[in-house]
Amino acid sequence: MKEKVLIIGGGIAGMEAARQLQALGCSPLLVEKEHGLGGHVARWHKLFPDMLSAESLVTELEAGLSGVTVYRHTEVKSINRLKDSYSVKLSNGENLVVRAVLLATGFRLFEAAKKEEYGYGVYDHVVTNADLEAWMNGFPDERMPEAPRAVGFVHCVGSRDIKAGNSQCSKVCCMTAVKQAIEMRERYPQAEVYCFYMDLRLFGKKYEDFYIGAQRDFGIHFIRGRVSEVGETIDGRVQVKAEDTLLGKPVKVILDLLVLMSGMVCNPSASALAPQLRLEIDSDGFLRSRDNVAGILESGRPGIFYAGACTGTKTVPETLAEARAAALRIYQYLQA
Amino acid sequence: MIYKGKQKIWSDYQKEIPDDHWFYARSCIRQNFFPASEKYFLEIGRNVLGRDICDTEHHTTCGGIAYHSDVIPQETAMTIVARQFALMTEMGYRNLVASCITSFGNYTEILETWREFPELEARIREHLWKSCRREFEKPEYLAHASDLMYKWRNDIAERAQYRLVNKDTGEPLDIVEHIGCHYSKMFPHKGVGGAEYPCVLSGMVESWGGRIVDYPERRHCCGFGFRQYLVKANRGYSVSNTYKKFESMEPFHPDGIITNCPGCPYFLDRWQYVIAEQTGKTYGRDGFGIPVFTYEELAGLVLGINPWDLGLQLHQTAVEPLLDKMGVAYVPADKYLGLNREDLLRPELPSVLKCF
Amino acid sequence: MKDFGFTLSPSSAVSLDKVDSRLWHKLLETSPDAAVCISCGSCSASCPAARWSGMSIRKVLLALQRGQSVAPMLSCCMLCGKCTMVCPRGINTRKLILALCRICEKP
Repeated sequence: MKEKVLIIGGGIAGMEAARQLQALGCSPLLVEKEHGLGGHVARWHKLFPDMLSAESLVTELEAGLSGVTVYRHTEVKSINRLKDSYSVKLSNGENLVVRAVLLATGFRLFEAAKKEEYGYGVYDHVVTNADLEAWMNGFPDERMPEAPRAVGFVHCVGSRDIKAGNSQCSKVCCMTAVKQAIEMRERYPQAEVYCFYMDLRLFGKKYEDFYIGAQRDFGIHFIRGRVSEVGETIDGRVQVKAEDTLLGKPVKVILDLLVLMSGMVCNPSASALAPQLRLEIDSDGFLRSRDNVAGILESGRPGIFYAGACTGTKTVPETLAEARAAALRIYQYLQA
Repeated sequence: MIYKGKQKIWSDYQKEIPDDHWFYARSCIRQNFFPASEKYFLEIGRNVLGRDICDTEHHTTCGGIAYHSDVIPQETAMTIVARQFALMTEMGYRNLVASCITSFGNYTEILETWREFPELEARIREHLWKSCRREFEKPEYLAHASDLMYKWRNDIAERAQYRLVNKDTGEPLDIVEHIGCHYSKMFPHKGVGGAEYPCVLSGMVESWGGRIVDYPERRHCCGFGFRQYLVKANRGYSVSNTYKKFESMEPFHPDGIITNCPGCPYFLDRWQYVIAEQTGKTYGRDGFGIPVFTYEELAGLVLGINPWDLGLQLHQTAVEPLLDKMGVAYVPADKYLGLNREDLLRPELPSVLKCF
Repeated sequence: MKDFGFTLSPSSAVSLDKVDSRLWHKLLETSPDAAVCISCGSCSASCPAARWSGMSIRKVLLALQRGQSVAPMLSCCMLCGKCTMVCPRGINTRKLILALCRICEKP
């Protein structure tokens, strides 16, 4: 009989892990709390560094799920350890017994409104990185100006921010900001685009090339300084204050649109499951892996594994690689 | 501006304000700057709304100005404050309401410091006992007087003789609110509405029929800045901060400014004269400035109290443009008559800023 | 004007949307690689004029983008070319300085 594996979270990590487990001869059961699969990526427009369409990635992953049992609109109500398996109660009333569980619960975007000084939800033209992607995907957003002449990006919103409860770097936002800055400049060549950053953390393949392109080919202004305060002018535009720390002077600019690069924080549904399974939470609020070098996929509890952003900020390729590795690791666990 | 977004933030920063029985700690400078404000706070609280507020001649300054000007150490400021608490305790009160924002900030800071460092509180108790043989209980509730006025805003609106509405057009008057820095910037949860979008004054304005102006430099300091003003060589910085605020609010054409701090109305009022003399610029219509009020003065006007009894003749920037818009009845000739119609003499008028 | 013994202080804040960046854009026409500077400072650290005169290519490029004056700094350059050797972004700083001097002469 095929061994059943519960995968919690139908984002890209859960989908890819399900596809791989299916190929390895297991019986993955994929639980997703929303209707659509693909999680945050499904709402994203283009993926760096090759500007791959996020939709095409999700479609491809979804196509690999034939034969996989997918529970949509479903949540895990409770989960209990049996002798060498887990008994799972789903919100649709079904009870499952599975040999292994993969947490692919991903992340939640930091609530930008918590940084009150940036006026998200208060000022007319302040959006988040995710709002901008959704708008680029064709969802209308009344906060988006008609023909912007000036657009600003604020890096590190809720990241590297001890006061916001997140001392960690969210890692992907710098590159996302550079990507989105270029995309805005392409759409609105007459607009000046400003990126307000604390450090530019462009660590991945071809990220630095993007940055050079943003400077040289798109004339994007990079200002090293964190935005301190946002206000609204009489015509509903956004006034932004920062210090240009390289120049050593305060700077001010009036923008038609301000985009807040909200960071990643651990998905609260993972934090809710953690006590039931006696899983530990790491100092950054994400699930704690057995170790952060060779044991990232392992929870330290038998039969419970991790993949993707439930253990920390991950890029899309990192998440997919972890999903594949987790499938293999689970397969080995079931064989033993 | 998305009003709902502000309401959401306001709901996160609600503060418990008991309705009655307060020990009132006056400000050391307000009685000179705005001589009737404290009187009318007591008048409105006690006689209009029937609340019990204790006012004693035995209390002193809180030491806040000296503390913020680096003249006295914090332990001295704490001992002064401990004595105020002792008076409150002796008179049988548990709730302390401060007239001054810096006092409120000072009291809050001291209570928070004692919470973190109980050994310091023990030492201050010892200091107080040695210096004046007094003992004290800490206040159960601490409020700024504008918190109480905020709580009473609808009671005042019910008794309103005038509203913050243009009597000719029926349009709400556009009012700038300015919150003293020490109100909630140090401890956002101690202020009504928090520190970024406080609603303590905007709530009063809206309740009395006005409309709030939210301009880009709303959160900026009034310009007092203690040493920026107190040291004459730094005074250019003080007036420059005020200038920055007026430049930012100018396009909104505000009809008036409401404040809740002793320093803010003083500097927003007086510096308009200095800015006018130095740059030739005025911010109201026809050469007038933008009238600046304390929240007690504005509450008094709404309740129909004679503007000259409210001490509005001591303002540098003429208040008459706002009185006329509200339709407040006043006798221009009585402006410089004091108590018992004593002639206060007319001040020299500035050369640029238009005044009466 | 009445003498109060103090006056309004000029603000040091730079309004990014009001910056005069004509010189900067003129420079980019002939030296587009100026845009890729990352303000690492290796040019200034190796500059024989920097510690005596305040000359700094890093500051020159930043100042141009913020509409501040650069001519006094430029006049201190000795065109030794060391900054070109150390620049990690491969900016031809020596050519850039010459181009700038020409632009500043004939605005």
